Amino acid sequence: MRAFDYIRAGSCTEALAEAEVPGTAFIAGGTNLLDLMKHEVMAPARLVDISRLDLGGITLTEAGLRIGALVPNSDLAADPLLRRHWPLLSRALLAGASGQLRNKATTGGNLLQRTRCYYFYDTAMPCNKREPGSGCAAIGGFNRIHAILGASDQCIATHPSDMAVALRALSAEVELLAPGGGRRQVPLAQFYRLPGDTPHLETVLEPGEMVAAVLLPPAEGGRQIYRKVRDRASYAFALVSVAACLRMEGGRIAAAALAFGGLAHMPWRSADVEGALIGEVPSAALFDRAGDLLLAEAKGHGDNDFKIPLARRTLAAVLAEACAEEMPA
Amino acid sequence: MHVTLTINDTKHHLELDPRVTLLDAIRSHAGLTGTKKGCDHGQCGACTVMVNGRRINSCLSLAVMHDGDAITTIEGLGTPEALSPLQAAFIETDGFQCGYCTPGQICSATAMLEEIRAGWPSHVSETLDGPALPTEAEIAERMSGNLCRCSAYPNIIAAIRLAAAEREDAA
Repeated sequence: MRAFDYIRAGSCTEALAEAEVPGTAFIAGGTNLLDLMKHEVMAPARLVDISRLDLGGITLTEAGLRIGALVPNSDLAADPLLRRHWPLLSRALLAGASGQLRNKATTGGNLLQRTRCYYFYDTAMPCNKREPGSGCAAIGGFNRIHAILGASDQCIATHPSDMAVALRALSAEVELLAPGGGRRQVPLAQFYRLPGDTPHLETVLEPGEMVAAVLLPPAEGGRQIYRKVRDRASYAFALVSVAACLRMEGGRIAAAALAFGGLAHMPWRSADVEGALIGEVPSAALFDRAGDLLLAEAKGHGDNDFKIPLARRTLAAVLAEACAEEMPA
Repeated sequence: MHVTLTINDTKHHLELDPRVTLLDAIRSHAGLTGTKKGCDHGQCGACTVMVNGRRINSCLSLAVMHDGDAITTIEGLGTPEALSPLQAAFIETDGFQCGYCTPGQICSATAMLEEIRAGWPSHVSETLDGPALPTEAEIAERMSGNLCRCSAYPNIIAAIRLAAAEREDAA
């Protein structure tokens, strides 16, 4: 690990002021950042420790649920309000990482974790995300875990978070604090970027900005399901995951919000897929049509070709489960 | 930098480079070598300790971030003369072969049983609001952050179930 200066921030104002110095990174749980620093994939000159700041707490407000950026993943998953009204988010959190990591990893850090692309981690290999302009070793390399949607000829990495997929389906927003005291709210739909020509830019965070909270709108009724498909039963990243919030009314699908993990550089959501489902009577043919719409632009890179049929089958299985009580036999 | 860690109820005043992980502080600076370094990347769980009662991977945490924290390692759970219930259960069921992952397994399981007691659900729990029970499936899921290269998993699970049952009987 490269040497760095360590600064423990006593307040958000102090942390944001420190972050104005170039080469500074915030550290909270550190479970991803320290791993990357050990590999020298990331080498910040200064670390500002924000782990003791007052950015915790889960509060129910009229606008929904406010989750402090420093709430550990384990506390969030076990929160009684979440378990009752947003079980999708609890389930997604519990499907990720291990008990030890969930105790340390924070809500804000989970959103900002980096891809697990092997070539991003391997400093001997070219990677446009790690070193812009150096090339992409995953294209034409071993790319079993890589993206089939929204990728570019510069980068085919996927976002690894389960939590973010659930948040995308729940139409969450992210509250950001800027140096100088600015505060803004960004829908998760606009928080992440596709790789395009700038795969090193993963979010719309400006230099020095900090995630303060995640905001959930009030829970809607209906079924919430998180299904994750991975190479082993536990403690592995998603190959494909589907987060679904679905409500039936009079035998028809009245509301559907679907987000997908493991497919793209960010949690994926398709208005076409949801539009095709809403108002319809559930059937295998309808689910197949939803799969067609989801995967119309999908592109495999060899080792990850299997994700295209896998995403289709996982979507159909989740929709069947969500509609089960009112599906015609 | 100056860091004070309370490890197993003993205060250690250490002078550390900011890069020193909690794991290296415990092993190389406080001299407590019961906690093991396996992968050093948060994948194997050999370095699991409890910080303020919660299990974490000590390899993925900076010691300077734990100034003032209370840390429990395998040495703090029991002694050869007075084993903790989980330590005794691992011996009873032969829950290891080489033993390298065992301190991490036992620290992890100690905190994991508290998580079950607190009613935390897991990925394999059928409902999110039911009581959490130390079944084989629940233990396997909740212990998935602790790898055993010798694959002693059946007896590790047996040890944890034994310790959990003994505690139920005592309660």
